[in-house]
Amino acid sequence: MIRLERRPQPSTFWTWLTPLLAVALTVVFGGVLFAMLGKDPLVAIRTIFFDPLFSQFASFYRPQLLVKGAPLVLIAIGLSFGFRAGVWNIGAEGQYIIGALCGAAVALALYPMEARWLIFPLMILFGALGGLGWAMIPGLLKVRFGTNEILVSLMLVYVAEQLLAAMALGPLRNPEGMGFPGSRNLTQYDSATSWIDRAGGMHWGVITAFLAVILAYVVMSRHILGFQIRLAGQSPRAAAFSGVNPGGLVLICLGTSGALAGLAGMFEVSGPAGQVSIDFNVGYGFTAIIVAFLGRLHPVGILLAGGLMALTYIGGEIAQSQLQLPAAAIQLFQGMLLFFLLAVDVLTHFRVRLRHREVA
Amino acid sequence: MFGSIDPSLLVASLMVAATPILLAAIGELVVERAGVLNLGVEGMMITGAVCGFIVAINTGSPYVGFAGAAAGAALLALVFAALTQWLLSNQVATGLALTLFGLGLSSLLGQSYVGMRAPSLPRVDFGVLSEIPFLGRVLFGHDPMVYVSLLIVAGVWAFLRYTRGGLVLRAVGENHAAAHALGYNVVAIRFAAIAFGGACAGLGGAYLSLVRVPQWTEGMTAGAGWIALAIVVFASWRPWRLLLGAYLFGGVTVLQLNLQASGVAIPVEYLSMSPYVVTILVLVVMSAGRAPGSLGKTFHAST
Amino acid sequence: MKETLLSLEGLTKAYPGVVANEDVSFDIRRGEVHALLGENGAGKSTLVKTIYGLVKPDRGRMRLNGAPYEPAEPKVARRLGVAMVFQHFSLFDALNVAENIALGMENPPRPRDLAARIRDVSETYGLPLDPFRTVGDLSAGERQRVEIIRCLLQDPKLLIMDEPTSVLTPQEVTILFETLRKLSAEGTAILYISHKLEEIRALCETATILRLGRVVGTCDPRESSARQMAEMMVGGELLVPEREPGEGGAVMLEVAGLSAASPRPFGTALRDIGFEVRAGEVLGIGGVAGNGQDELLAALSGELRTKPGMVRFKGDDIGRRGPNERRARALLTAPEERMGHAAAPDMSLTENAVLTANVREDLSRHGFLRWGRARAFAELVIERFDVRTPGPDRAAMSLSGGNLQKYVIGREILQRPDLLVVNQPTWGVDASAAAAIRQALLDLAAGGAAVIVISQDLDELMEISDRFAALNEGRLSAPRPARGLSVEEIGLMLGGAHDMEVAHVDA
Repeated sequence: MIRLERRPQPSTFWTWLTPLLAVALTVVFGGVLFAMLGKDPLVAIRTIFFDPLFSQFASFYRPQLLVKGAPLVLIAIGLSFGFRAGVWNIGAEGQYIIGALCGAAVALALYPMEARWLIFPLMILFGALGGLGWAMIPGLLKVRFGTNEILVSLMLVYVAEQLLAAMALGPLRNPEGMGFPGSRNLTQYDSATSWIDRAGGMHWGVITAFLAVILAYVVMSRHILGFQIRLAGQSPRAAAFSGVNPGGLVLICLGTSGALAGLAGMFEVSGPAGQVSIDFNVGYGFTAIIVAFLGRLHPVGILLAGGLMALTYIGGEIAQSQLQLPAAAIQLFQGMLLFFLLAVDVLTHFRVRLRHREVA
Repeated sequence: MFGSIDPSLLVASLMVAATPILLAAIGELVVERAGVLNLGVEGMMITGAVCGFIVAINTGSPYVGFAGAAAGAALLALVFAALTQWLLSNQVATGLALTLFGLGLSSLLGQSYVGMRAPSLPRVDFGVLSEIPFLGRVLFGHDPMVYVSLLIVAGVWAFLRYTRGGLVLRAVGENHAAAHALGYNVVAIRFAAIAFGGACAGLGGAYLSLVRVPQWTEGMTAGAGWIALAIVVFASWRPWRLLLGAYLFGGVTVLQLNLQASGVAIPVEYLSMSPYVVTILVLVVMSAGRAPGSLGKTFHAST
Repeated sequence: MKETLLSLEGLTKAYPGVVANEDVSFDIRRGEVHALLGENGAGKSTLVKTIYGLVKPDRGRMRLNGAPYEPAEPKVARRLGVAMVFQHFSLFDALNVAENIALGMENPPRPRDLAARIRDVSETYGLPLDPFRTVGDLSAGERQRVEIIRCLLQDPKLLIMDEPTSVLTPQEVTILFETLRKLSAEGTAILYISHKLEEIRALCETATILRLGRVVGTCDPRESSARQMAEMMVGGELLVPEREPGEGGAVMLEVAGLSAASPRPFGTALRDIGFEVRAGEVLGIGGVAGNGQDELLAALSGELRTKPGMVRFKGDDIGRRGPNERRARALLTAPEERMGHAAAPDMSLTENAVLTANVREDLSRHGFLRWGRARAFAELVIERFDVRTPGPDRAAMSLSGGNLQKYVIGREILQRPDLLVVNQPTWGVDASAAAAIRQALLDLAAGGAAVIVISQDLDELMEISDRFAALNEGRLSAPRPARGLSVEEIGLMLGGAHDMEVAHVDA
């Protein structure tokens, strides 16, 4: 008989080992999944995890790692604040869309003015404000009416998607696009592009993501705000006793994650995606939830997890084209990773004991 | 504009529109009354939708399809149960994982079924009763699942209110430590509730893929599972209010669709977002109910 | 000699790092009131949980009526006639009395019949109770009645009562004892768990005394002195705090017309509370659990904001000020619940120092924490208050209840408060640590601070208070000098007879 016994304090050893264990389990079961789909599991795993980095075309794939990883890390860093405080923003996808829309709208409104020093900073500002504003809806509703932020933030994803479609077909549509949905291509507008080095996969989102990691690390470990966030998540009553204003914290957490998601969307629309289109969003906002947990809500962990998850995206695409592995299999693979992570997390807080039935 | 819509047709179609959400919500209500917050309703629904569709296509029977949907989604729910009840994982995170996993699983399973047409579910023949003006159409013109959903609501209500099992379930949800101290098996009761919730969500999903649409498309639940969760809050965890909430929501959906069809001068996208906006508004107005005392908390018997 | 009902033979139960019960053997006879006496942590709870089927012993066995008794779960125990009245965690606030009782029965009758039986039993034993009231709205005493009636409906042969009087007023205790004596006369054995010696002397025929998991003695409490039993229980001599009655300096805190709704569901609203505390004075606030203690502390700590004019500290109106603004003014508090309220269980002791000491100990600059200072402060608390722990990096939850309590109280005292408010300062703390905490509170007052001690332990309050007041359903009786108060007077205060003239009680 297996029994769980609470540890006197969380194990640091397992805190860092469990994500690796989860990845290992996912690889094993993912292999089984690929085998069931009739693919050679070893080839599939190699294609997903190694080819993007070490194959003969790796120089083409490696920049993609930055392109896919940056929005994931940026969003996940924001989410980690809230998740630590027990504020569950799961509508980052919506904030990402609105950030992109606001950022793009500024650029398109000023087109074809050439003033990068003005336009790009304005886009950053509006991208962040857009995401922040969208996240303030669940935030203010929670603080004012006690409304569940999980459900509201999620509902707003669907609203944002419809808004995106309305914008791509309506106000933001390219007037020279011959009636096709979608906006002008921002990467062809020098004042509005977020690319720094397109071939190297370098854009402002990547730089912002790294800055966010450093900043988050400092805030979490050194600043009173990080302390209050951790305290509120672990013991809400102790936090209130300590003098934390719970409403303020909710707004800070939702605002931070919203602003970062909005920034991610803005950098994406003005760089890798290039334009506002109906299918602009590809689920970074949801995958970032996995990234946040996989990184143990720790900034450095999130950076690593974001890289890994970006790898599965790129590797998944390669596997799709080379092995005809269905796209859904990769999505399932990512879902599995989160499951295994949650499952092995028990080892951090509990000891597993085998107990024999006593002889009576 | 509204004049062109026949009220009896409106009521009848809102019942159909509400049924998937009603089924998923009544299952989640039982789960939450047992003190568990399963945010994976969306994932279980879509798994039910694809399982039901596959089984129905292969057997030719929509009824077997619904059974398969319930079984498939319940199985997925048991993964959630094992993680949260045995491995004591965080319920919010695990529910999210369930949704992400369910979305991936369903699109993988359903790949080769896109574009097929499901065997249709015949209406229940009430004979002359369906001839009654207005009421006939509203009450006696539906497929069996509409009645099944109503029966489940009534059954859950009676179970929670009048049976010992219902009392124990409520007790577990209210205060799991006390229920454990009295010798009730908290984990087993929650497992059962979670499986029931999964089965109901599966039925709701299958209703979409087998009746309402009726075919399989990726991501076809489009947030219905989340709306079901919102309706449980709206209903303050009471079955009859849940029915009201689901039908209100069905009404908004149908009205919105009718407006789209009638070619009102509002872009389709704004009409399509209305059910989600209404859900948010409803959540704002109705966040006063008292949730079960142990809702969402992890239970670990330390003795 | 009555025949043996339950015999325990060599029961042993170990948890990691601690042996809760070691080779415990004794007999309980039919119809006897048997006391199980011991300090917190002596192993009483583990033992009764074993008897009730919640814990499986590692070794040893039990016999009930001569037959082997190995209850795998409480259901089995109940079926065999063993019932238990819990101290905590066994009622369901949102359910009504009848539903709560039905849950504790194996084969409950139909709801209507059950309600009738509840009325029957409650009248027979003098425990009035309405079957259809929601339990969350009941007082602590009434809630206990629910538990007792739930047990009595099963016709138990053995009734286990875990610290039953800690939630009762003296008058209610008298009623309870009459009920128990009646039951005992009818042949029901009662296992009565307590650490209150006078109660045991008044009620029990036999006492088994536990210390550190072992049986250290058995006696007839009617023939033993409280001192003998106390020494067996503690295993040494007790330090009694010394108290020089203070003369009272300037008014520190002035509370007037304080009314506020409880922030919790089923909490108790505060109603028109008024009192003042002076520098150098200890005000003891007694009361049965759940009569507004948590809410009063919250209103003083700043967790619960109140309307203007209700709470004044050193002349300032602080009703709208938050906890940290009050701390800056030297008003410090320590709530009752250590885990998750006064301290964050998963955080280290250093982080728990930051929890309340950030403002006064200057633990941050421009929002950036100075972990070195925080750690040094945590180490100081550990050293000065004799907190047993390997070091300040340990998580709060790794400390025993008593040690964490010393840490929490020490953390506040070392911040040099002008007013310290503590709730249940010695709950769950062993006797010597409790004495040390009380002495520290008295020293604080002697140094010129005002101290408010909220407690359910009347002996403690009588020992350290200059003045005494009682909370009842959110109202506070007028404070009176503690010296010379009789048990009857205290009982009346606790029972809510605030406005009654004391004169006729003396008779």
